[in-house]
Amino acid sequence: MSAPHDADAAARYAKARAQIAGEDAGELDGVVGLLHRLCRSLTANLDITGASVILMSSGESDGVAAASDERSRALGELPFSMGEGPCHDAYHARRPVLTPDLREVPGGRWPGYASAALSSGVHAVFAFPLHVGAASFGILDAYAEQSGSLSAEQEAMALTFAQIATEILLDGDLTTPDGQLDPGLSTALDGRAEIHQAQGMVVVDLGIDPAQALARMRAHAFASGTPLIELAREILDGLRLRDDDGLNLD
Amino acid sequence: MVSAERMADVFVEVADTLVDEFDLIDFLHNLADHAVSVSGASSAGLLLADQDGTLHFMAASTEGARHLELFQLQHSEGPCLDCYRTHEPVITTDLLKEKGRWPDFAPRAIESGVRSVHAFPMRLRDRVIGALNVFGDESLPLGPADVKVVQAMADVATIAILQERAISSAEVLTEQLQGALNSRIVIEQAKGVISRDHGVPVDAAFAALRSHARNTHARLVDLAHDVVTGEAAVPRA
Repeated sequence: MSAPHDADAAARYAKARAQIAGEDAGELDGVVGLLHRLCRSLTANLDITGASVILMSSGESDGVAAASDERSRALGELPFSMGEGPCHDAYHARRPVLTPDLREVPGGRWPGYASAALSSGVHAVFAFPLHVGAASFGILDAYAEQSGSLSAEQEAMALTFAQIATEILLDGDLTTPDGQLDPGLSTALDGRAEIHQAQGMVVVDLGIDPAQALARMRAHAFASGTPLIELAREILDGLRLRDDDGLNLD
Repeated sequence: MVSAERMADVFVEVADTLVDEFDLIDFLHNLADHAVSVSGASSAGLLLADQDGTLHFMAASTEGARHLELFQLQHSEGPCLDCYRTHEPVITTDLLKEKGRWPDFAPRAIESGVRSVHAFPMRLRDRVIGALNVFGDESLPLGPADVKVVQAMADVATIAILQERAISSAEVLTEQLQGALNSRIVIEQAKGVISRDHGVPVDAAFAALRSHARNTHARLVDLAHDVVTGEAAVPRA
């Protein structure tokens, strides 16, 4: 969407992608390796203590997919064992839950989680949902030893990393080993209404969930060299994706 | 202009964000409807800025208004954008005279039957978080008193949003705005589902979604979410 500061957002996105590509994945590869690098570069970028990616479905934690370090992995597992935490709230409310000081949680929510996180030395937790509309994957958690709000720039950067984490989870094997995406694909989360309307149509056409529908659209666009927005417009005009990779014009 | 009694009701509702299940998208849809009833316009639309200052479409009283808001964003031109940039209301009683000012937007709006358009900043002191547009089918003269009333309503709504639950923190605004941005996507996805399910255009799908949310007293975005995940269905009209 074009508006005054789009150029900033594009520059931030490119910077984040380049930083993730430049991180060392160690022994890890594939999606897990990418998410590990993403957690590490988010930590360095925001100058915070750590980060983790928590996969969730139906409001339950499916486990920590990646973390910048061992303490962050433990913090990511904490809400699972406690049955409460900012990631649950962020998942259910489908919006970020930003807690600049765990000693002053509004409404006294998740007291067990807050107390356990504080004893590990973390004072601030920022939870960002990994989602596209009704398709939810989980949460990107950022942890800071120091209490205090993120600056506007840090917040914007964290949201950019959350967007990239969502793309990594959507695309799976489509992502190249160095973390770069086909440039046509990276525009998928740009908020254009047609793409999301088409996504809803593919949910019905193929009887799959909304995350699978968008992944299928992205894979199809990638394989056929069609920009995603064009594929979306064709779907709006009546094109139906089939279970296999072919196309069926009704 | 509406009666004083109705006006008072509108202001009370616009100021009331201290409800348990406050949802920014629902609130903004209602605000768009109120802007229409207070100004006598035919439709209204709303843009809000994110933490970058990038404007996003948030709500509209009609699909036509939604298209005009998106058109302004896509072409980086129009009264809502001017209003956001200058922090001042933009009052345009006759679009036919504004083709030089908005070479893309004015012809498009006129083609869709709009003759007048007014834009009001959503501001609190020196901070502007978005802009509210009202569109008229005819040349809609908005007197100085009318302008003040609509601007006052936009101001009250802005204060209400920023002070939701009496926490005027930057965190709350980010949480609400990011939630609203995702809600927009959920609603678009639901339109696609209903469009295919009912065999109707996406605009009709939105009308069906909104009408069913009203009839069942559900929040628009909650119903939309359940439609996309298959937990709810919208009856055919």
